[in-house]
Amino acid sequence: MPLPWITVFLPWLGAAILAAIPQERLAVRANVAISALGCLCTLGLVAVPGGEQGWTRIDALNLPLVILGGVIGLTTSIFSAGHVRAEGFDTLRLRGYHAAFQIFLGAQALALLADNLGVMWVAIEIATLASVTMVALHGTPAALEAAWKLFLLCGVGIALALFGTIILYLAAQPFVGHGDHGLSWVVLRGLAARCDPGLLNLAFVFLLVGYGTKAGLVPLHAWLPDAEAEGPVAITAVLSGLLLNAALHAVLRAKAIVGSNPGTIAPGHLLLGFGLASVLLAAFSLWRRRDARRFFAWSSIGHIGLAATAFGLGGLAGNLAGLLHMIGHSLSKSAVFFAVGHAAQRKGSQQIAAIGGLIASDPALGWGLAIAIAAVAGLPPFLLFASEFLLVMEAAARLPWLLAPLLVGLVVAAIAKIGVLQRLCLGAPTPDARPPGPGLTTLGPLWVHLGLCLLLGLGLPGPLRALFDAAARIPG
Amino acid sequence: MSFGQLPYDVAHVLGGAMLLLSCMLLYQRRVAAVITALALQGGVLAAAAAWQGYVQGAPQLFLTALIALLAKAVLIPLALRLLVRRFDLDRTVETALGIGASMLAGIALVALAILVVLPVTGGAQAVAREDLALALSVVLLGMLMMITRRNAILQVVGLMSLENGLILAAVGVAGMPLVVELSTAALVLVVLVVGAVFLLMIRGEFASTDTGLVERHRGEAE
Repeated sequence: MPLPWITVFLPWLGAAILAAIPQERLAVRANVAISALGCLCTLGLVAVPGGEQGWTRIDALNLPLVILGGVIGLTTSIFSAGHVRAEGFDTLRLRGYHAAFQIFLGAQALALLADNLGVMWVAIEIATLASVTMVALHGTPAALEAAWKLFLLCGVGIALALFGTIILYLAAQPFVGHGDHGLSWVVLRGLAARCDPGLLNLAFVFLLVGYGTKAGLVPLHAWLPDAEAEGPVAITAVLSGLLLNAALHAVLRAKAIVGSNPGTIAPGHLLLGFGLASVLLAAFSLWRRRDARRFFAWSSIGHIGLAATAFGLGGLAGNLAGLLHMIGHSLSKSAVFFAVGHAAQRKGSQQIAAIGGLIASDPALGWGLAIAIAAVAGLPPFLLFASEFLLVMEAAARLPWLLAPLLVGLVVAAIAKIGVLQRLCLGAPTPDARPPGPGLTTLGPLWVHLGLCLLLGLGLPGPLRALFDAAARIPG
Repeated sequence: MSFGQLPYDVAHVLGGAMLLLSCMLLYQRRVAAVITALALQGGVLAAAAAWQGYVQGAPQLFLTALIALLAKAVLIPLALRLLVRRFDLDRTVETALGIGASMLAGIALVALAILVVLPVTGGAQAVAREDLALALSVVLLGMLMMITRRNAILQVVGLMSLENGLILAAVGVAGMPLVVELSTAALVLVVLVVGAVFLLMIRGEFASTDTGLVERHRGEAE
């Protein structure tokens, strides 16, 4: 079996095992072990020659995202190991929680690796169902509402994406004939120039709206803040870090197909519009948030919007900025969620007002959170600063009018984040509701993510740079 | 439109019947009647898939038809009916938008679907483009139903009707790879399982399946 398939099936096999383990300690350790194996598999993909293996294909665009998924899957499982007890799950829920987590990891890997657009759609569907399950696990009214919203909105979203996929095949049908390769991304991209532009336009609108819902682009974002605030604390890191990337990656694949036909409306402009709306709405919504996890969920909407804006601009520099932004956002945002989740469990509340003075009470955690928020706010020297700088320079060179809304969005959001940084980390400590849990399972993942953000922000090693350059050529 | 060719005519009649049933879903006032209309729509979908399988000479479409017949025309409506009876869920449809207004909006959406699809699909085969317009209408009406109904069961019905439209589109495109149809069918089953679990859980917390009640819990402390 080729390694990309193992990368997908290993977590699913692990999910079956985890669903059968009733003991908490054993299940938690098995979860970390399976995630570690999965992470090794994704790293091993570097050695696999690019190209097709049946329904999957490795290229420069999905390789870094899959590895990112493996790494964040591992760090999240370590974080989860220290924090699942405080969630207060009974045995059944614990088994469901671990199984859904691994199913989610496998599905997001498949969504990235799939060459067949039908398979990609199924993968995103499975990831959605797994995330609905994880969000609903607590069974509280707020969790149920969040899960119901996620289920309905994303259900409609993926349904529209399937409609788009069908229209895409309809456009290519006169040229591809019958068989599974009719939905192959590479085949469709090669044929796009001969396809009917009207059908391609229609297909792209449905694919953008459909997968855009999953990516949390405004105005289709309503599910995201609730889903990220109400699920178990560990889940938020993968929802924000991985699910959004997989969905945006699907939009990019669609853009690459449609964009290679000169007769279509420029797909980049649509993406740019959605992206800019997300950046602006998120920047101003941040000011009204009182719940720490919702605050950072809104910030995810803004960051995905920035990445969409960069990909909408397109070109080598634009796509490079977008890709770096996706990676930087996943790393730094999940770091923030590790720290915020830990603090929220300790303080017994996730309201911003209830969490304060973390630096005074626990310096390693407080400084880690402060640095992570600074990284998310786009301050140098972290990766998000590099990608935002690249995006702003590219916008200035190609679409100067874009600078005004973009800079407003960036600055307004950054000020809001610095304000929250001060409230969470500085000042006098708020009282703890329960004794602090194991610190290492928070601090390890937190500082590893920050280190990666810093290293990538300071400079890209040669082979990585070459990989990203090759990736930037793919979306067109 | 090209009348007089049997394959086209039958496909159009079946597609039109599905659209008609979508409209019926919109104006029914009782949950039981809505479920009956959904079952009928599933049956017509099965017939449409089987007809396309016969016309295109694609045996896998008969499998799609069989799955649609079993799941959508028989099993899922039965399960929904049981759920309604067992928990004595509200039998009357609660709407966020009146029945008359929903119908007007529905007609506008059908017009929109035709206006969008027919001009851009000039290059495609006639049977595919008209089927696509009908399918998009069914999809949009399903979405309208999800938006305008406050009852969780009816929202699930809307989602399933929306998916019926998707499958109608998929079977109408000759040579569409099998994976899509199978996965869609699987999806519906899973969706129902998830949906049912939700309904029961919501039911456990609240006195009805009115999702308007749930919307108060926004989490952002008041």
